[in-house]
Formats: sequence, C-alpha cells, structure tokens
Amino acid sequence: MTNSIRDIERAQVLLVTGSNTTEAHPVLSLQMKKAVRKHGAKLILVDPRRIELADFAWLHLRQRPGTDVAIFNAMAHVIIAEGWLNRPFIETRTEGFAALETAVKPWTPARAEAISGVPAEQIVAAARAYAQAERSAIFWAMGITQHTTGTDNVKALSNLALLTGHIGRPGTGLNPLRGQNNVQGACDMGGLPNVFPGYQPVVDEAVRRKFAAGWGVPYERLNEHPGLTVTEIMNGVENGRIRAIFIMGENPMLSDPNLNHVREALSQVEFLVIQDIFLNETAELADVILPAASFAEKSGTFTNTERRVQLIRPALSPPGIAKPDWQIITELANRLGANWHYTHPREIFAELAALTPQYAGMSYERLEKGGLQWPCPTPDHPGTPILHVEKFARGKGLFCPVDYRPPVEETDETYPFILSTGRILFHWHGGTLSRRSPGLDEIAPVAEVEIHPQDAHRLGLQDGELVRVSSRRGQVVATVKCTGRSPVGTVFMTFHFAEAAANLLTIDAVDPTAKIPEYKVCAVKVEKVKVGESVAK
Amino acid sequence: MIEPDRVVQTTCPYCGVGCQVDLFVREGMIYRVNGRFDNDVNRGNLCVKGRFGYDYVHAPDRLQTPLLRTDRQANWQAVSWEVALDFVAEHLAHIRQRWGADSIAFLTSAKCTNEENYLLQKLARGVIGTNHVDHCARL
Repeated sequence: MTNSIRDIERAQVLLVTGSNTTEAHPVLSLQMKKAVRKHGAKLILVDPRRIELADFAWLHLRQRPGTDVAIFNAMAHVIIAEGWLNRPFIETRTEGFAALETAVKPWTPARAEAISGVPAEQIVAAARAYAQAERSAIFWAMGITQHTTGTDNVKALSNLALLTGHIGRPGTGLNPLRGQNNVQGACDMGGLPNVFPGYQPVVDEAVRRKFAAGWGVPYERLNEHPGLTVTEIMNGVENGRIRAIFIMGENPMLSDPNLNHVREALSQVEFLVIQDIFLNETAELADVILPAASFAEKSGTFTNTERRVQLIRPALSPPGIAKPDWQIITELANRLGANWHYTHPREIFAELAALTPQYAGMSYERLEKGGLQWPCPTPDHPGTPILHVEKFARGKGLFCPVDYRPPVEETDETYPFILSTGRILFHWHGGTLSRRSPGLDEIAPVAEVEIHPQDAHRLGLQDGELVRVSSRRGQVVATVKCTGRSPVGTVFMTFHFAEAAANLLTIDAVDPTAKIPEYKVCAVKVEKVKVGESVAK
Repeated sequence: MIEPDRVVQTTCPYCGVGCQVDLFVREGMIYRVNGRFDNDVNRGNLCVKGRFGYDYVHAPDRLQTPLLRTDRQANWQAVSWEVALDFVAEHLAHIRQRWGADSIAFLTSAKCTNEENYLLQKLARGVIGTNHVDHCARL
C-alpha cells in the first residue's frame, strides 16, 4: 500500500477491484465500511462477483473476468476527454502523458462495454466520481494481479492515479492488499530470484560487493544472474536443471497452478527437503522433513500490507523437539561451511537492518514500543505512513500505456464456463491451519463450487448436489452452491480444500513480467455426478 | 473466569493486515484471544480467524521430530537433529559439487518471519551461491 490502513476512512471515493476485502482482509474492510457509512464516501466496486462489499457500493461494475484493462483504459479516456485531469500534477510530477493520451484515445466507453459487458454509462460515472473527488483511493488484490495481464492491470490503475493526482496525500493512493501475513516481508527480505533484501538487484555489482562484505563471503560466490521463479523451478526439474529443492513453510502441492504438473516435478527431483509445522501434501513427497515452530512459539517480525514491521513474541514451547526456522537454518548453514552465531532473532534483525535501507532505522528496542512503517532510514525517523509525497521512487511518475489482451484460455463448446478461484472468510490459503481449527471447519466443511441459478437450472443441478468440474488439466468433485454471487457463465471455487483442489484445474500460463499464474480465468465444464458413480478423491 | 498463566502480545498469523492480539495462555494452551486497541491497525477488532483460528497450534499431528527416508516408497523414520541436518547438508553439498550451485532451489515463506526469510536467502545466496530463491507471493 502507498497509504495506511487508518488513512482509508479519509477517502471520499474508494475504487475497490479484484479484492473480496470483507472475506480476505476482514479487519481492513471495516475501515472501508466506516468510510462509506460514517463519512459518506462513494465505493466503486469493479468485480465480476456480487461479493459482500456490493452491499456498500455506490456503483458495481461487473466485468467479464479478465477484461480489466479495457475498463480502466476507458476510465482514463473519459477523464481526459471530459477534462477532469489534474494538470498541475501531470506537469510537475509525471512524464509520458502524451503517450497515454494517444493510447487511450480509441478506448471509448462503448468499446470497453463491448469487451467487458459493463454498460458504458457506468464506466463514465465511475471515471467522473473517481476524478472529481478531492481524495480518491484505489484498492486491489489478487483479482487484479492473478492474470496473464496482471502487470498491465496494475499499470492501467496507476495511470488513473497519475492522471488525477490521487497519490501521495492522505485518503488517496494505490493500495495493493497483501494476502499472507508476511508476504510483504518475504519480498522485502529478498525471497525473490532477482533481488537481495531491500529490492537491491543481484545484477548490480556494487550491491553484490556490499552483501559479500556484509556477510563476510567471497565476492565471487554471489551469483550475478537472476534465479528462477516458483513455476520456473518446477519446469527446471523436468529439464534436469534443478536437482534439489528446499521448501520452508510453503505447500506448493496446493497453492501452485496445474497441480498434476507440480506433483510430477516434485516426485522427480533428486532431493526434496521440507521445513514445516505439518506433514502437508508437499511433505508427503519429501526425503527429509524438518519440524519447525509456529508463530506462537518464537520471536521475530512480520511486515504487514501497509509496510508496518511488527513483533511476534513466544507464548509457548514448540512440540517435541521442533525448533524455530531461524535456528534450523543456522545449524544447516554451519554444516555447509558458514560460521553463524545467532542466539536470538534480534541479532538477525540488526544485521538485516544494516543491509536493507528501508529498515535501517529500525531495531527491536523501537519495535517494542509499536510497529514502524518503512522506509525508516534512521534511528530517529518516525516511519513513512504515505509514500510518494514529494516525489516518486524513480523521480517522476511514469504513465505506462497498456493495451487490452484477452485471457490465455477462452471458453468453448467443450469447456463453456470460466473458473475463477479465491478465498472465503472461514478458511485460509491451502487450509493447513484453518481446517485444523474445528470451529472454523464446522462452519465451512466442504469445497463448494458457486454457480449462477440460471446455469444450474440449465444443467439440472440442485443446491448441495455433487458435480465434477473439469479443465484440460484435471478434475475435481465439489458441492454445488447456487448463488447470484457468480455471474452467468462463471463459476467460483476456493483453493482451501485438498480433497477438491481447485489448482488441479487452473492453468499455469503466467504474466510475462510478474510471472503470476492466471488463477482468475480458465475454461472448465461442470457435470452432475451420477448416482452410484465412484468419486475418485 | 479462567486466570491466565500469562498474556502475550503478538501479531495475528493469518492475513496481511497484521492485527495486534493478546494470547491468553494457561497450562501451555492458548484458550482466549483478544484484539489490542493500542495500535492503528485493528484498534481492538479481529475477524473470525484471528479470534478463533488457533487450534492448529495445538493440533495432535504437529510435526515433533525430524523425519527421514532413504527411499521415497519407504516409511518415515524419526531421527535426531544431528542425523537429519547431517543428511541434508551432505546431500546439498554433494549435489552442488556434482551439478553446480544453480541446481539447488529454495522456497522461502510468506508465513515465516522477516528474520527467517532473510536467513534462508542468505543461505541460498551466500553459502550455496544460487539466486534460485522465490516464495508464493504470486500465488
């Protein structure tokens, strides 16, 4: 997020797209509801599904899945054509406006309607409301990014903020909502193939020299070539490039696309190590399993979606002889020739803060008094609740014209439905944690496939019946839920249930830049499971 | 009213919002969770997972010891840390020697701490010598 959670209620217009906020980020959604109910803000929802936030929306644009760029380009078209742009902001803070103006000229609302199915007048109304308010904020999550056009979708949103100057002030901003509790921190800490901690590129020689010196290792050891992403690692096993995989606290056998392919790769790899708190679906394929501590059994820090670094503290001892991950990694590194002496995570934090400019001013001593938002460059810096106030990271904000591309897999006669995947309130990710909490699992015990009542009627399906959902890659059996939440022609499943793993169906086509799989659009068929037919798990 | 042995202030483990919670612990069990008010993140609020979703910590199938097998069809053997970590280190060293550092890949975790993510990529880059480091940010 460029802005902060407490800042949300200051927005006069909230554009929420590709985020089922009340289920995936429930407590943050309270601020959105407060903005609407208490302060009279207008909520513009751009989402194919009629999610709970629709009850709070001033306007709900229900686009055909995967047509986001068409809508946001048309909004930019309207803002420019009707003169609602913020000229002083464009002149002083941005560059590349002329290119954007040319690119969105053909994107009339009528053209966007033809592609997205959203009425042109709704697109015009959304554009006017977003541009005319003094403070408008954009929020999105995986509904925007999990497409082969994910990067383009984000650029199209960013163009809207730059056109109107709705960034760098309270109640504005471009606010991606991060899913996992520490996905922000895992990225900040260099859990990515192309960067060291603090997004310092591995291709930069000065950066490699800095880390070689900081870590006391020979400069030559630090690899200058960016590494492979998750999906590429799985492919790398098949072509013999990857021989060993070490997995800490992840379950690719539920979370990755096209699971049959992942299973093949993980079964083939010469050596597989899993470090986790449960023997999950991935661990079942491993050679060695290392038992780790849960969040309640160790010290450390998590970084939330608003870049706020916060402490966790131990309340319990780990079961048996399980140990915190940091201890296991330290002991393994020392067996491989390192000479690490960490006795507490605070020492690791001091080291990483010294090498990560955004965290440089933070320490456990300061975090004891409350969380700090990066960048926090010096020990007396208060942290940064709003990014890009005076200038952007690159100096001027760059308009990035993007064109509409359809999703990779379109529906046809054999696979006539679009499948979209996501979360529900009562479960979490692959279900490893929440499905072991009986109170939660009792409320939502089975995998459901949401289907519009018209489609259900046409296929002769009743609520609660079992159906087989199949794609070109696999099939699962799930329980029918007839609901107007899903638009006609689109079905929705969560990825929480191992016994009906939606990712057996999803496609592993990825965004060319971000390498995110297209979880939100693939083609499936839905068939009734006949009485007496055996249901393969 | 149950009297807690201790109340521990920490951060909810579920989503990216990072709600601040108090864990009430008695005889090694988390029996109650409250949202904390002294912050700008959740101001006392919690969702159903953040308030009631902690049974997994005490689940009977938590992994308790290192497990190892020399053949993927064989059953798991419970082993000591010494045996497990020696086995992992020997295999990684052998594979690096035979196929090069870039034949080894590491997946870090959006559920682990900053310190643990930092250390695992430090192990990959600074000890093994590969940039094949990623996690499920995209998933």
